[in-house]
Amino acid sequence: MNANLGHLVRIFVGRRNVIVSYGSPRRTGVGLRGLPALLWAVALVGACAAPGSGTSTSSGAASGGTAGCGTAPVTLNAYFETGFDLPFKLSAEFTKQYPNVTWNITQDQFTNLINETPRVLASSNPPDLIRLPTLTSFAKEGLLKNLDSYAKGFGWDKWPVPQLSQNRVGSDGTRGSGSLYAMGLNYSLTGIFYNKKQAAQIGMTEPPKTLAEFESFLAKAKAAGLLPIMEWGSAKSGMGLAFPLQALMASVGPVGPINDWIYGKSGATIDTAPNLDAAKHLEQWIKSGYFPSDINAIEYTDSNARFTKGEGVFTFNGDWENADYDKNLPSNTGFFLMPSSQAGGHPAAMSAPLTYGIAAKAKHADCAAFFFNWVASNSTARQIDVTVGGSNPGGPAGSSVPSVTAGSVTSETLAAGNVIGKAGTSMDFIANATSSIFAQGWTPELQKMVGGKQDPAGLLKAVQAEYQRELAG
Amino acid sequence: MPEPSRAVSRPVASTSTRRREVPLAASRFSPALWFRREVVVGWLFVLPALLMYSIFVLQPLVLTIQYSLYRWDGVGLATWVGFSNYITVLTVPDLLETIFNSLRLAVFFSLIPVSLGLVVASVIHRVATGPLGATARTVLFLPQVIPLVAAGIIWGWLLALPGLVNEILTAIGLHNLARAWLGDFSTALPAVGMIGVWVLSGFCTVLLLTGMSKIDPALYESARLDGAGWFTEFKAITVPMLRYEIAVCLTVTVIAALAAFDIVYISTGGGPGHATAVPGLQIYILAFVERQVGLASALAVLLMLLVLAIVLPLQWLSRESAR
Repeated sequence: MNANLGHLVRIFVGRRNVIVSYGSPRRTGVGLRGLPALLWAVALVGACAAPGSGTSTSSGAASGGTAGCGTAPVTLNAYFETGFDLPFKLSAEFTKQYPNVTWNITQDQFTNLINETPRVLASSNPPDLIRLPTLTSFAKEGLLKNLDSYAKGFGWDKWPVPQLSQNRVGSDGTRGSGSLYAMGLNYSLTGIFYNKKQAAQIGMTEPPKTLAEFESFLAKAKAAGLLPIMEWGSAKSGMGLAFPLQALMASVGPVGPINDWIYGKSGATIDTAPNLDAAKHLEQWIKSGYFPSDINAIEYTDSNARFTKGEGVFTFNGDWENADYDKNLPSNTGFFLMPSSQAGGHPAAMSAPLTYGIAAKAKHADCAAFFFNWVASNSTARQIDVTVGGSNPGGPAGSSVPSVTAGSVTSETLAAGNVIGKAGTSMDFIANATSSIFAQGWTPELQKMVGGKQDPAGLLKAVQAEYQRELAG
Repeated sequence: MPEPSRAVSRPVASTSTRRREVPLAASRFSPALWFRREVVVGWLFVLPALLMYSIFVLQPLVLTIQYSLYRWDGVGLATWVGFSNYITVLTVPDLLETIFNSLRLAVFFSLIPVSLGLVVASVIHRVATGPLGATARTVLFLPQVIPLVAAGIIWGWLLALPGLVNEILTAIGLHNLARAWLGDFSTALPAVGMIGVWVLSGFCTVLLLTGMSKIDPALYESARLDGAGWFTEFKAITVPMLRYEIAVCLTVTVIAALAAFDIVYISTGGGPGHATAVPGLQIYILAFVERQVGLASALAVLLMLLVLAIVLPLQWLSRESAR
């Protein structure tokens, strides 16, 4: 769009040059007068209809039941995210077990997926399997296959409720309940990773049990001349302080209202008393110098690189980084969940499915649904899920979790996942509430807080205002 | 083009009697002459370019204006909303702020490179004419050859807290100045601006240098005979003779500033806060992340009008002064 504007201007500006270089005005008089009219006429062709008219809005009912891939050759049309091995490894293993299924895989960066997904889903060659950056709007527009009958046929609806609820969209457009429109290949978990050597240095022999205890370790780290928390914060990566902020929200208050806000329940607000308390804690951490001074310019990848090189006692991140920590900070990385502010209170965590969906017009929807079921139930697939993906493969209650190397950080995150599962204190990410609340709300406002240009109350009010603007469209 | 004589010869041969009766003034607009071979062939030559221009420039422009009057998510059905998208752009402070940021960026992208280019070009023109001048030109022009995305990444590293710029400052004892240049509210916009200076100064220098080589050396010679120094020559001969080139430099760099996207997107992403958010970036976020194609188009149309409002007078001024 931008490049077009540049071209346009140069052409408008250049028009007088054209007249001059054309020769005598008499000869070009008629032509030049006719030219713009003709061009506009050409340009107007195809611009008459309202944009988007003619797009189908039928969602296409799934056949469900005993869906499978049959025995005839099938080529699944898939759209994966670049840089994450898991879906590629899973698809290769699937073909090994079901040789009639081959894959036509397109891959792209996550940020590009955000731009492309609506058009890819609406295209004439829609994917059978696609990594979904967001869900609600696609479901509302009928671009995604409704998976309810598959859920019934395969028994997914009997799985522990939180696993599927994030992928459900109600008829009123709110997330969290309603029909199923996507499945998770696995279920990630966030919390606090720590450098074991540096933690020992500040006298932390076991993970803190309360928020106050955790904050005392932060103060000790600062006093010892260590960086207490490594985190990223550039606008390009998206502000990483949203992680500790949400952890604080769930530490000082209940999880339910946070989820309601993320799911877009009517009347939900982020501007609550417990959240204000959480934001005040975060502001105090910023003012105490617990984060790197250049956080507003740190990229996500640089933050991880600096943490694995020993900068930062703690870092708030997710189990998708397990493989990186086990490789670059081996047997020196520990993990714990953000403790509650109350002694004896349940810890809480952000936990989100690695979301994949099926296009409403997909040719091999049955086979793709069968693949979802295979990922959650096949023992080899579950093993790949944990070793490659680092996250819990989910599945029916009581499924055995694949074995992992003892002492690895993956073993700690999987154990923590069980704690959250039992307590029922998982949340989606506050950055996923609307498609651009992260880019337009949390990131700039938290950056302002780092720069001393925003206070806790202002932060929550600004984000809530942005949230309402986006929901109102 | 066919030879004029051949092009004219056919109508003369076939309608020679009638042609004499038609008055000359009216002949220019007669339908018969419209189809003169010369005109038809001319249009045929233009047609391919015209077609491309219509499809890739005019149609997107018209569509953008049309989209700006709708509320549309890019896929579903669009709803007619009239001018409400424009009202939103002009009333939401964050969106309006992007326009002011781009105007501030224009100072760095435009005024500094053009002034710097003038000085550097006149020095090269006067002092370094041989291989030294050629080398200087190449080195200065190099940033133009590097893709802006690569430039953004390189400068992102250089300006980071552990980056080269801060290492140099620390080495010369100015460690108090060391900071994350792109992450600090007070320095982020000027830092992005300096990347623009680095990219665009070479372009301006080379363009102005080319202009200078066209100035008649006799003018300088006579000025020197009259006792003019370097600065007087610069003020009385170089700058006035380069008015057209300066206008081109200003036009190109102002557009680069107002329509900036790549450098900002790669170096800061619009942060910290909204300190470096520019319209190009907002248009992208609104259209592709937020999927508000109508609102994004409205901002794009306003940006286009802003560019025209600044660039058209520039063009007009340079032409007036050239007369």
